Amino acid sequence: MTTEVGHRPAIRVHGLEKSYQELEVLRGVDFDVERGSIFALLGSNGAGKTTVVKILSTLLHADAGAAAVNGFDVATQAARVRESISLTGQFAAVDEILTGRENLVLVARLRHVAHPGAVADDLLDRFSLSDAAARKVSTYSGGMRRRLDIAMSLIGDPEVIFLDEPTTGLDPQARLEVWQAVRALAAAGVTVLLTTQYLDEAEQLADRIAILHGGRIIVNGTLAELKELLPPARVEYVEKQPTLEEVFLALTGDQTGDQKQEQS
Amino acid sequence: MKEHFLGDTAVLLGRSLRHITRSLDTIITTAMMPIAFLLLFVYVFGGAIGSRVGSYVDYLLPGILIITVASGISYTAFRLFLDLKGGIFERFQSMPIARSAVLWAHVLTSMVANLISIVVVVLVAVLMGFRSSAGVLAWLAIAGILALFTLALTWLAVIPGLTASTADGASAFAYPLIFLPFISSAFVPTDTMPGPVRAFAEHQPVTAIVNTIRSLFTGQPVGADIGVALAWCVAILVVAYGFAMVTYRRRIA
Repeated sequence: MTTEVGHRPAIRVHGLEKSYQELEVLRGVDFDVERGSIFALLGSNGAGKTTVVKILSTLLHADAGAAAVNGFDVATQAARVRESISLTGQFAAVDEILTGRENLVLVARLRHVAHPGAVADDLLDRFSLSDAAARKVSTYSGGMRRRLDIAMSLIGDPEVIFLDEPTTGLDPQARLEVWQAVRALAAAGVTVLLTTQYLDEAEQLADRIAILHGGRIIVNGTLAELKELLPPARVEYVEKQPTLEEVFLALTGDQTGDQKQEQS
Repeated sequence: MKEHFLGDTAVLLGRSLRHITRSLDTIITTAMMPIAFLLLFVYVFGGAIGSRVGSYVDYLLPGILIITVASGISYTAFRLFLDLKGGIFERFQSMPIARSAVLWAHVLTSMVANLISIVVVVLVAVLMGFRSSAGVLAWLAIAGILALFTLALTWLAVIPGLTASTADGASAFAYPLIFLPFISSAFVPTDTMPGPVRAFAEHQPVTAIVNTIRSLFTGQPVGADIGVALAWCVAILVVAYGFAMVTYRRRIA
């Protein structure tokens, strides 16, 4: 039975649709995420990345389509889904008034793990927060908050972790710290769904990348596959390998005209 | 998930109680305005009013307690708003916990915070000469009515807490509630008010609640007031709880 679970994709999304009043945000989103991989959902602001994450983490109901996380349907087995996942939202969802350690203990208690204090101390150590453990989170830097946020997501050993724009608003150093933390997650066998608007982030971290544009996934593949999508002739004209940024801009099309003119 | 409800609520209650002990200023500011009213009305206006109603501080305290609760619950809306805005609310909602525990923890925190404020205000009143002939049962009855009133208003506060788009908006709803006791029997007897004002004053919830508490403080029979007061409290509670739950479901749908 365990092998069967192992073969099922960690996340399966099919025909997902969602509108906010008149605004159609998702118009049939399909993708699978393999177990233990890092999957990046790439898109501009307002593309609907957060909406996808909210539906998958049972915070929002889809209008149509189906989604399953860890084999459980997000609409009908929401409680089982919540046992399987952890969400790190767009803003570091930490309690500012509590200390770093108290934040971890709080989540550990809510997840009903044994020895919440020991779990907290272990995570503080792993995320280099031991020195700041007894300080109020309001005194933390942006990078420290994000690290704490991700550490909180690991409690209870969730099988799938959603990271919604984990590095938005961070300075480059803090960004590298978060990247390290994400790589450590994948190394531990956790499935990570990451949304980002930073193309190099997807390039650095993800095993597979999907681009969400106009309410649909317009491409889905490895970085190498995505790079092949551009005609090779383009490589001859441009004296460098196409970066993912170029792939992205070429595929998503609009609003890129000005930028190209400026560059040439 | 039901078996976790009590445990989860207790853990989350511990969290928000820590917020209160670490920001005692919220309790002080909650108690400050009622105390200011108490001082102002007893020492400035009281001399002119007091001759009609006996000891004015005795007459005034029940209404001041209502104002204390009304200003205290705005912090519940504020704290709930901050949780929503900061994203920690979504974190809790995406976790395998009893979902309603998140709201109940805020509501129970409001009960505790208001209890502390009420004790502070009563102690100040005692320093100013407030005396009561109430026995243990009467005090328990007063505590019960105030608890029910706080519970009802707290669920009312949950609604702006869930829907407000700014922190100011989340707490502004309390202003009319703070003002309501002024058009009631809380500060002066209603019999000198002109017709329509008097009609409003005598048929709004604060008058019945204030009259009941005042009777209990002075050892008088509570009469029909207590029934009206309890009916108002329960009605506000049921309606506010219903609307809060609808708002909450919409919020997480």
